[in-house]
Amino acid sequence: MTDITTEKARIGAPSAQPFINGFTEEGESLSPLNAAASKSPLAGEAVKRHSHGGGVGIPDSSRAGRLTSYKLADFKPLTGMEEDWRFTPLKRLRGLHTEVLNGAAPSVSVTAPDSVTVETVGRDDRRIGSAAIPEDRVSANAWENFTEATVITVPAEVQADGEVSVLLTGQGTDASAQHLVIVAEKFSKSVVVLDHQGTAVVSENIEILVEDGAQLTVISLQEWNDDAVHASSQQVKLGRDAKFKHIVVSLGGDLVRVTPSARFTAPGAEVELFGLYFADAGQHLEQRLFVDHAVANCKSNVLYKGALQGRNAHTVWVGDVLIRKEAEGTDTYEANRNLVLTDGARADSVPNLEIETGLIAGAGHASATGRFDDQHLFYLMARGIPEKVARRLVVRGFLNEIIQQIKVPAIEERLTAAVERELAATDN
Amino acid sequence: MSTLEIKDLHVSIDTEQGTKEILKGVSLTIRTGETHAIMGPNGSGKSTLASTIAGHPRYNVTSGTITLDGEDVLAMSVDQRARAGLFLAMQYPVEVPGVSMTNFLRTAKTAIDGEAPKLRTWTKDVKAAMAQLRIDADFTQRNVNEGFSGGEKKRVEILQLELFKPKFAILDETDSGLDVDALKVVSEGVNRAHAEGKMGTLLITHYTRILRYIKPEFVHVFVDGQVVEEGGPELADRLEEEGYDRYATGAGAATIAAASAAAQA
Repeated sequence: MTDITTEKARIGAPSAQPFINGFTEEGESLSPLNAAASKSPLAGEAVKRHSHGGGVGIPDSSRAGRLTSYKLADFKPLTGMEEDWRFTPLKRLRGLHTEVLNGAAPSVSVTAPDSVTVETVGRDDRRIGSAAIPEDRVSANAWENFTEATVITVPAEVQADGEVSVLLTGQGTDASAQHLVIVAEKFSKSVVVLDHQGTAVVSENIEILVEDGAQLTVISLQEWNDDAVHASSQQVKLGRDAKFKHIVVSLGGDLVRVTPSARFTAPGAEVELFGLYFADAGQHLEQRLFVDHAVANCKSNVLYKGALQGRNAHTVWVGDVLIRKEAEGTDTYEANRNLVLTDGARADSVPNLEIETGLIAGAGHASATGRFDDQHLFYLMARGIPEKVARRLVVRGFLNEIIQQIKVPAIEERLTAAVERELAATDN
Repeated sequence: MSTLEIKDLHVSIDTEQGTKEILKGVSLTIRTGETHAIMGPNGSGKSTLASTIAGHPRYNVTSGTITLDGEDVLAMSVDQRARAGLFLAMQYPVEVPGVSMTNFLRTAKTAIDGEAPKLRTWTKDVKAAMAQLRIDADFTQRNVNEGFSGGEKKRVEILQLELFKPKFAILDETDSGLDVDALKVVSEGVNRAHAEGKMGTLLITHYTRILRYIKPEFVHVFVDGQVVEEGGPELADRLEEEGYDRYATGAGAATIAAASAAAQA
């Protein structure tokens, strides 16, 4: 038996010519800088060698190649052309990417069960840097400028009775830096709620360590005032058999950009990443997540849902899931759904799935952005339900899927009421 | 006693090729307690009539009237028509994600009655109606029509018919896609609703099969947007044997309609 394989016949082999101008096999050429990088079929590999502070300036064609560093100087000034900033209106960052972040950070007030330890520590605390490393300039700027950090520790084997509530209240519009560390020690079980309110211009780094066998839920609520600007890097590192559930809810603020990253360090761990956002006229709500399947037999499930209404309401969702060569047996799914309720709003949605091994249990990604479905409306109205009520039923139902994941009744009620207020605001 | 009256109804839709007339002058009067069957080949405009009565935005009424006890139905919005007592059991019930059946049924009942149903009796009524239609109890927790099979969707349409108690029920090919058992269950539901004596029924169907279970007093044959023949139940029997072949479609239909009108005169 002869085995003849030509270059041409191999499905998925890099082709010399792009099929469509402006597109490569990886999809749209995202920026002029990327076009240069994509000329090399090995761009991803080449860039990867420069991770952890290399900073060669080649935009990432693989998420694995993204520059990470604790030093602000390693990140070039932003132009807005970078892949991870191309949707963000830099002018509205109010200096988070250019200024020294020495304004007063949002005040931190923690209500926790007795079994949970809450400390305020300096920059030299050993736990700083244990779970996160900045992945962009704004995060690195906060890392360089924060003066003290709040560390919340759920001790080993403790099942926290009731949730840990962290109220972060903005102190004004001076650009500031914030740092939090959450440690769920071995076999502990807990829920932490981060409640962002008031007016702030803040870059925030949240480090989350979920040790072996621990179960942790972190709920991050952004119910800022209309003038707030918030960039939040929320990074989690998971030990063996650890379980982490993350729910990001962004409703208030002028510009909110949340960038959750989950890194598996040992097999058997699981993450669920949920998000809900509701953008009104002029609001920019951005979420960019990264799930790094670096070890075998871990699971991830991602679902973000958003609603938009009003002129220049803008939402961005980018989901990067990377299954590395070593991550055999990975099971992952990510999805984003957007409901555009009025004219003049814009939802960007980019699911990216990189797979470097075929020996996986499952991998999927999906995205859908649509207008209100007239068929839904007709069906409900044909049963006597007035149009306004029918619209609310559908939007509420759409977002409820995420709210139901919270499982803290007081917060579920609060968010349900908040969604009702959003709907009432424009009479949808 | 109520009357639904359709007079010389002309309906068109906008297509990429321009406006297309689908109903070309339909007149029909239904009273409480009556069951009318509308039969006809595919594409004859049967479903268009059903959707137009319900107020689907796709269909434009170019002339003619629809009245319910003298009230102008065409001037009403979709939800007003439903609250006035018109119910359309849809050919393709729509899935509404995120809205539970429980929530949907109660919201609709409240809208139709103008007040919330008493919780205890309502829950009991829903349970009883579901049991009779052999719908699993867990359906109330599921989202409206989401993941339901074709047969389940049709049963849930009839469930609503029984719970909402409309003055007139329009069943748009409710029988299509049902196996014999499901067809019986669904027909029994319609007959139960009808037996209360407060409802008129417009049964739209391509096949005569459902007429073994639901007995119409009047049969209207639809071809090319017009009623070409009318009669009693015996007309349905004849259609069962002969099919629609004897009605020419297209240009020939008008001639036949004229001939049949002449014969009746």
